[in-house]
Amino acid sequence: MIDRRYQRHAANAVIWLLLLTMPLWLDAVGGYTQLGTQVVIMALAATALNFLLGYTGVLSFGHAAYFGLGVYGAGLTIKYLVPSTLTGMAVGVLTAVVAAAIIGLLIVHLRGIYFAMVTIAFGQVFYFIAYRWNNVTGGDDGLSNWNRMPIDFGFAKLDILHSPVTFYYFVLVFFAVAVAIMAALLRSPFGRTLLAIRENERRTRFLGVPVDRHIWLSWLISCTFVGLAGTLYALLNNFADPHDLYWSQSGDFVIMAVLGGMRSFWGPLIGAAIFVVLQDYVSTMTQNWMSFIGLFFVLVVLFFPRGVLGIIRRKASA
Amino acid sequence: MSLLQVENVTKRFGSLVAVNGVSMTVEPGELRAVIGPNGAGKTTFFNLISGFQTPSSGRIIFAGADVTRLPPARRVWRGMARTFQITEVFPELTVRENLQIAVEVASGFRLRIWQSVEAANNVEARIDELLAMSGLIGKAGRLVGELSHGDQRATEITMALALKPRLLLLDEPTAGMGDQETYDITQLIRNLHRDQKLSMVLIEHDMRVVFHLADRIMVLAEGNMLAEGTPHEIAANEAVQTAYLGKAAA
Repeated sequence: MIDRRYQRHAANAVIWLLLLTMPLWLDAVGGYTQLGTQVVIMALAATALNFLLGYTGVLSFGHAAYFGLGVYGAGLTIKYLVPSTLTGMAVGVLTAVVAAAIIGLLIVHLRGIYFAMVTIAFGQVFYFIAYRWNNVTGGDDGLSNWNRMPIDFGFAKLDILHSPVTFYYFVLVFFAVAVAIMAALLRSPFGRTLLAIRENERRTRFLGVPVDRHIWLSWLISCTFVGLAGTLYALLNNFADPHDLYWSQSGDFVIMAVLGGMRSFWGPLIGAAIFVVLQDYVSTMTQNWMSFIGLFFVLVVLFFPRGVLGIIRRKASA
Repeated sequence: MSLLQVENVTKRFGSLVAVNGVSMTVEPGELRAVIGPNGAGKTTFFNLISGFQTPSSGRIIFAGADVTRLPPARRVWRGMARTFQITEVFPELTVRENLQIAVEVASGFRLRIWQSVEAANNVEARIDELLAMSGLIGKAGRLVGELSHGDQRATEITMALALKPRLLLLDEPTAGMGDQETYDITQLIRNLHRDQKLSMVLIEHDMRVVFHLADRIMVLAEGNMLAEGTPHEIAANEAVQTAYLGKAAA
């Protein structure tokens, strides 16, 4: 019991140390700071998806919608309304939250494959709006000609625009807060009702938990942080791509979570790191980089259903 | 006032009438058994009482309020708890975690995202009390999915008791159990009935258990109520013997 807790503290310390020092060693191992930033952003999105998938047992194949709403909410606000990074982020997250709240009400009584299919369908609606509404969203070309703005606190200025390292730490702060909130929620009585729903919905219902309401809350929390990841992704690229709303992007989040291990809190982070790095390296060698990820994914799922972290844990306990 | 009044409930699935105009009244502190051959509609009848299904017609009054159309969670809030014929637990969590969830929900903490040390300590104390009562104390740290069938069933019943129910519905609590396990569960039910005056409705196949425990017995056959009475009356009832006991003996 104490050993396990010690192990968990040690794992947490290692992960935070690596994240905090990433700009120092990433170049040395052949990476670059923006790649590290992308890993952290995708890890936030995958961890948020996993709040719903791994800890509530509900599979969404439409999280790209709320990711993309974050992307476009931030991009459109900064380009057309206010050239302010934080305002753009607030609008992006709020858009994702409102959309998720309403759509959640409509779909929360569905289960399994039906839920997954309907989340895809709603996601595609937003994709086609972004794709068709040329004059505003830039359509297929995406939303360009804008960029994240340095943040002026009055007494100090945070130049996230010109310094990739500063932007990395800016992203890491949001990641840390979001992840800490999710971890705290999962360790609360409310979080335990979500675990209960994952384990046995019928039993949970007959303990007196209104299951649909709790799934809706879990969905909303999950979509909120995916939306936050979307706004950060828009800022990273200074660009909004309609593909960010596309259903295959939702699939990428699911792959990251399952690849890393959806029963471990840090699994999605590991999955996102593997996914983003493989994508970056393999895509310079071949256009078919996705088939390599696909092959890797199939092998992991077949032989290590608990993901990459599951393998490490098994080694550790053996 | 009666604790539970089931008034003339019917449940149809298409053209099949699973429960046909059945009425039942359970008094506070009573242990009522519902028996009948396979397909008699016992489990459907249970599902109607607990809110898993809603009746096609009829009314269900629980503790003075009409609960006919209330969802399961709201019936639980009013003091109804149930177990299932096929044990329903949280297999990948430990016994303690299973009980923790039940105790927290019963304490009204289900939406809390923060818990005071005092509240957490009260939850712990209540879990310890339940563990001691159920005899699961040595297995508190084990995953429920790894336990024997009997221990899983005991966990499920203990979770239901964690809700401090006014009425406990038990769907075949001894199904699939060996003699010793059946005996243990029977003792647990008897203690709950005798010492804590807990009202219970019990579906059971094992006639030794039923005639041993129940205050009153209701017999269902093909969705209809065939008879109702004390164990003595039921044992002497000819219609019951031909429909049910006779068959079992043969």
